[in-house]
Amino acid sequence: MSGAEPVAARREFFRRTLAAGASVALLGAIAPPSFTAQEPDTPRLSGEGENGTLGDPGAVGRPRAPTRSVDNDGTIKSVELRLACTCGCTLDIYTCRTTDFSCTYSPALHREIVALHDSGASAQQIIDAFVDKYGEKALMAPKPRGFNLAGYLVPSALISLAGGALIWIVTRRKRVNADERPAGAGTSVSGGPAASTRELDRLQQELARVDD
Amino acid sequence: MTLLGQFSLWIAFLLGVWCAVLSFSGRWERRPELAQTITRSVYAIFAALAVASVSLWKGLATHDFNIEYVAAYTSRNLPSAYIFSAFWAGQKGSLLFWAVVLSIFASAAQLLTSRRYDHLKPYVAGVTSAVTAFFVMVMLFGSSPFERLPYTPVDGRGLNPQLQNAGMVIHPPMLYLGYISITIPFAFAIAALLSKRLDTGWIQAIRKWTLVSWLFLSIGITLGMWWAYVELGWGGYWAWDPVENASFLPWLTMTAFLHSVMIQEKRGMLKKWNLGLIIGSFLLSIFGTFITRSGVISSVHSFTQSSVGWFFLGFLVIAGTLAFTLLYTRWPLLHADVQLEAMLSREAAFLFNNLLLVGIAFSVLWGTLFPILSELVRGTKITVGPPFFNRVNVPLGLLLLGLTGIGPLIAWRKASAANLRRQFVAPVAAGSITLVALLAGGMRDFYVIVAFSLAGFVAGTVIQEFARGVRARRRMHGESTSLALTRLVSRNRRRYGGYIVHVGILIYFVAFAGMAFKEEQEATLKPGQSINVRSPFGYTYTFTHVGISQFEQLNRIVSAATVEVRIDGKPAGVMVSEKRQHVDSFKRPTFEPSTEVGIRSGLREDVYVVFAGAVNGTEEAVYRFNINPLVWWVWFGGFVLAFGGLVTMWPGGEPTQRAVRPAQAGYGVALVGASE
Repeated sequence: MSGAEPVAARREFFRRTLAAGASVALLGAIAPPSFTAQEPDTPRLSGEGENGTLGDPGAVGRPRAPTRSVDNDGTIKSVELRLACTCGCTLDIYTCRTTDFSCTYSPALHREIVALHDSGASAQQIIDAFVDKYGEKALMAPKPRGFNLAGYLVPSALISLAGGALIWIVTRRKRVNADERPAGAGTSVSGGPAASTRELDRLQQELARVDD
Repeated sequence: MTLLGQFSLWIAFLLGVWCAVLSFSGRWERRPELAQTITRSVYAIFAALAVASVSLWKGLATHDFNIEYVAAYTSRNLPSAYIFSAFWAGQKGSLLFWAVVLSIFASAAQLLTSRRYDHLKPYVAGVTSAVTAFFVMVMLFGSSPFERLPYTPVDGRGLNPQLQNAGMVIHPPMLYLGYISITIPFAFAIAALLSKRLDTGWIQAIRKWTLVSWLFLSIGITLGMWWAYVELGWGGYWAWDPVENASFLPWLTMTAFLHSVMIQEKRGMLKKWNLGLIIGSFLLSIFGTFITRSGVISSVHSFTQSSVGWFFLGFLVIAGTLAFTLLYTRWPLLHADVQLEAMLSREAAFLFNNLLLVGIAFSVLWGTLFPILSELVRGTKITVGPPFFNRVNVPLGLLLLGLTGIGPLIAWRKASAANLRRQFVAPVAAGSITLVALLAGGMRDFYVIVAFSLAGFVAGTVIQEFARGVRARRRMHGESTSLALTRLVSRNRRRYGGYIVHVGILIYFVAFAGMAFKEEQEATLKPGQSINVRSPFGYTYTFTHVGISQFEQLNRIVSAATVEVRIDGKPAGVMVSEKRQHVDSFKRPTFEPSTEVGIRSGLREDVYVVFAGAVNGTEEAVYRFNINPLVWWVWFGGFVLAFGGLVTMWPGGEPTQRAVRPAQAGYGVALVGASE
């Protein structure tokens, strides 16, 4: 048995082990997890049967009011998604009131929106009323006008400008090179003596080989 | 131990300053023994910081609540895993974590870098030591983890409940590893500039390091999204929060670098640009640290506002000024070997890819800082939230997705019509078929249609590349398909690893687009009451409230609300969402109750149940039910992306020197018009 054979066998073993490991990991990642019931493994605190009272109501956080149909209203939700909560959380009112259950600001702002909605205000009128009351920072995105336009347009404008400049430079350079090239010398190497057709063919072949 | 810790910090600081001064003086060039001293100083800095870290961990493990940091972030009943992770949970500990990891990377860079780059290594040591010394200085003069209290509390405050999550044990270290490891490529770039050795040597030396940084950042960002999804309970994973943006910025510039560096390697172009990208990436990683710690921008993720942020601002300005001034002085040495010949070429596609990546980075930075700018210019406070970022970045992201398919297939130098036909007919057909199928299926959301169609196109390009490679191997070597595929990837790891990364990216895009169809419903249910929620895929989920149970578990009182789930009337198990009231060892509440979401993840959609609270202390529960489409694919996309990154950076599989030499010779000639 030559010295190369054990090495090849070892490599093959490692390759197969690696492939098998990767397959198992992939399968593990692809397989959707199943439902799991989280069974408490410690004794329950006191409860009082069906819809009983909780043994430790304080452990559930701030008491909640029952949900009303207006809490799921599409118009109100769309308005709340466009308005910022004022508690400093950087979230919109809808996300804050349905996520940070310790926030007292977002439920109050929600009630304010519901009141405006019930009084017949349209979505835009509610938003305008909030901007009047809390200032422009009440909006999750500034209105695209005046200085704010810079916020929206500067990135795209700069990218377009840079892209345009790039295209212009390359096209111009190509034109200048074409103008400077002597007639009939379609295939010259810049900065050196003109290459022969044979040399250029060989170079092309080499480059094609590298590209592949 | 705190004395030892503080003493070690001083040792590390003085060694860092010594090493940096010695390195930048350049005297080691004539005295090789000084170069050795520099290298040994790097190892000594690591040793000193390791001692400091062990001191802090000992304080955490032994509940030494006289140490302010230990009292602020742990309690006697905190589970052991979180006592371990409390090391980086607060500002002071995370600074020490940053410094010690940087010293590990700095030592590894000295130890693992080939002797070919001995002329760069002392300068590399100088940069890494200077950065480490800066972090140690911040601890010594601004925020020491070894600060003692004038009294000893009987118990600590405990860890924020939202940080008591497996994701938070691994997500911050991953992100930190990404941020910190950028220092090594940056150090090599500065070393190349200082030594004026600006050939491709420094780029080859940092290739693995840039991939390591990028991989850690990618994994860290994905884990951060996962943590936000499972822990914060808002039903999403990305909110364009300033701290999220701060992690995204260096990822974008590093991604741009990984592409543009190929142009420098192959064609000797973009030398200045690549140096600029590496310097920019490093500065952005420091910028992220600044906005997380200064309180200058509000964020849900920020550390407590402190003066530490201003140390970082000062460092950012000084490091940026020095680095770009150095780059400017070396400008004449950085001329491209060849010029871009045609807009229809791989170089141009990569250039546009870079333009978009850097453009997106700029727009994210611009949006993050725009509230400050607006206040400065107009005196008006504004909010820049997700609607702004989505409006500006989604079109740019889709353009980038398109280029992900074009870049790898288009020919170098200049693409001919035949090349375009050969490469793009099948992928364009794949994209078109996706488009037609979506329109026929009734899809009308513009951005979703574009995202899915482009994903079809990119998938077509990747499949085509793999199919061609496998076919060629089968023809040439007579291998089976699986063997040909394995060898194709293992022998061209960089290329095919890159394609796998592209697959991960397109999976991300598809999954992100899927969230446009999420369904949400709030409901208050008494035990036995039900609510129906319709899934975007047409199923009807029926949730029946079973009840609320309360029990003690570890360091908390748990209120678990249980719902029984049916899909189209068929039983599908139960789901539990919890409220957790954390307590200290004397059963005193430590924080506001936190929410644990119930999640059932599937290939099509996630069922996401949030227990919002109870009505009047009864078992009548307020719930939010979300049906979130394609979320599982975000995590799978992250897995594929990380796998592709690993394949790319796995040792071996590089082309041999014999194969490289003629290629470099061929590209060394400035060909103008030769292909016409």
